[in-house]
Amino acid sequence: MHKYIFKRILLLIPVLLGVSFLVFSIMSFTPGDPAQLILGESAPKAAIEGLREEMGLNDPFLVQYGKFILNAVQGDFGRSYTSGREVFGEIFQRFPNTLILAIIGVVIAILIGIPVGIISATKQYSIIDSTSMIAALLGVAMPNFWLGLMLILFFSVGLGWLPSGGFGGWKSLILPSITLGTGAAAIITRMTRSSMLEVIRQDYIRTARAKGVSEKKVINRHALKNALIPVITVVGLQFGYLLGGAVLTETVYSWPGVGRMMVEAIRSKDTPIVLAAVLFLATTFSIVNLFVDILYGFVDPRVKSQYK
Amino acid sequence: MSEALSSENISNNSSVEIVNKKRSQLAEVWRRLKKNKMAMIGLAILGVIVLLAIFADIIAPYDSVAIKQNLKDRLQGPSTAHIFGTDEYGRDMFARLIHGARVSLQVGILAVGISIVVGGTLGAIAGYYGGRLDNIIMRIMDVFLAVPSILLAIAIVSALGPNLLNLMFAISISSVPGYARIVRSSVISIRDQEFIEAAKAIGADDFRIISKHIIPNAFAPVIVQGTLGVAGAILSTAGLSFIGMGIQPPAPEWGAMLSGGRQYLRYAPHVTTIPGIAIVVTILALNLLGDGLRDALDPRLKS
Repeated sequence: MHKYIFKRILLLIPVLLGVSFLVFSIMSFTPGDPAQLILGESAPKAAIEGLREEMGLNDPFLVQYGKFILNAVQGDFGRSYTSGREVFGEIFQRFPNTLILAIIGVVIAILIGIPVGIISATKQYSIIDSTSMIAALLGVAMPNFWLGLMLILFFSVGLGWLPSGGFGGWKSLILPSITLGTGAAAIITRMTRSSMLEVIRQDYIRTARAKGVSEKKVINRHALKNALIPVITVVGLQFGYLLGGAVLTETVYSWPGVGRMMVEAIRSKDTPIVLAAVLFLATTFSIVNLFVDILYGFVDPRVKSQYK
Repeated sequence: MSEALSSENISNNSSVEIVNKKRSQLAEVWRRLKKNKMAMIGLAILGVIVLLAIFADIIAPYDSVAIKQNLKDRLQGPSTAHIFGTDEYGRDMFARLIHGARVSLQVGILAVGISIVVGGTLGAIAGYYGGRLDNIIMRIMDVFLAVPSILLAIAIVSALGPNLLNLMFAISISSVPGYARIVRSSVISIRDQEFIEAAKAIGADDFRIISKHIIPNAFAPVIVQGTLGVAGAILSTAGLSFIGMGIQPPAPEWGAMLSGGRQYLRYAPHVTTIPGIAIVVTILALNLLGDGLRDALDPRLKS
């Protein structure tokens, strides 16, 4: 098992290097001269040229990338073009806000998705099943930014129960995390249901029933454990989409997270912030998936036995 | 003489049979799809949306209705003159919706088409040749997969500039790895089967084997994923336009329309609500059809 975990962690390094190279390359296509952007339109040519040299913008592409990586592993992502502050600090300050939204979102999704999925599967074709499947279909089809606006319309503008945006107190967390979690809840529900349906048809479930094990025990002891294995992967993936979806949700609710910061940075062509924000979110996504893979190793005896 | 004739007969017969078999397979899928009520509802809704998008210019001309501002009629609720009301510039919402459908469907279908071709080719090469080439291609795909697709699309559009072409490019790039994986795994499951060996034995080259034997067999999962992918691409387009990184005004696009109405949520909620419903209905229809196709194409569920 240690070998497995070690291997997974080692595999993370080339992926993250690749991600940084990919995003760095993409961002290098951004038009406009950063030196000009920092110094302003009316800056003298010599000053711009001097700053370009100082920032290493005249170096070959690969040298620029190499320098970026060397600094980045030491936590130095450069300075924001607009505020002049350290990018790492700026992102680190907002990152917890994004993370908490994503975590509550995923918890909501699990708390709804798994029980509803199980009930739907055990009562296949019942009213509960069809109602929850229709709800899940709608949940998947709704763009989260639109759902966010509709929730604001209903709960903030209409009923006046909850704040329509901003940051402060637990009340401001409710709408954004529901917005973020709904899509994931729908997908987890569908996945749990289909996985459960597949497991229920297996021979060992029939055997358990034939032995006279109570239905409750069959589901809880025999079916659930196996049915939830593929669901773990989906939860991990959904967490990643939630981090991506946070960009839109944070914009809707003016939530001070990395996502909204990124959107604002794109508008002001603040490339270092955009680059670091994408890297931060992608790294978090990769780490979550690493945990999922390791967890998989623990719960799935087939994976476990490979690494004994 | 008689021998030659009979062999000709046989080859004629078998070619007829092959054509029939192909047609009957398609017919079989269609027959099974037809039985699926939800899929048929999806297909019907989609048909209506496609028709509205195709005839958008006849129903409501682009220049004189869809993008023409009429400030004295702004933010009107639904009425007989404007069945879905007007937006913040007094433009007819219905006209903008059907022109928006055009944009969404175009981006959705083209982006998915591009990513199927690129991802499919990469996946087929990786799966067929295996070994080092497979490793290199799939590790690169892993890197793309490590970035949540909407983030990757945002990064690409922000670097290249927001317009229709870049948007399409960004969305297709971010979904390439998914298709590469699907095609690769079906190619691997087909690669070592006997009919491939037989094709090799009669001297078919790699290109022929991949294009004639492997790709048609890997088709089913790609079609299913593609249908769902169009839905995903439409959602991404709307999301990117919503944050101002997609289609630029005054062009009608669902996400951009929604975003335009945000400020007036309190007084004129229809400007935000209606484009959202259009998105939900379209995505729902595509997902229903995709789910139906998955079931219809799944040989395990044949009965």
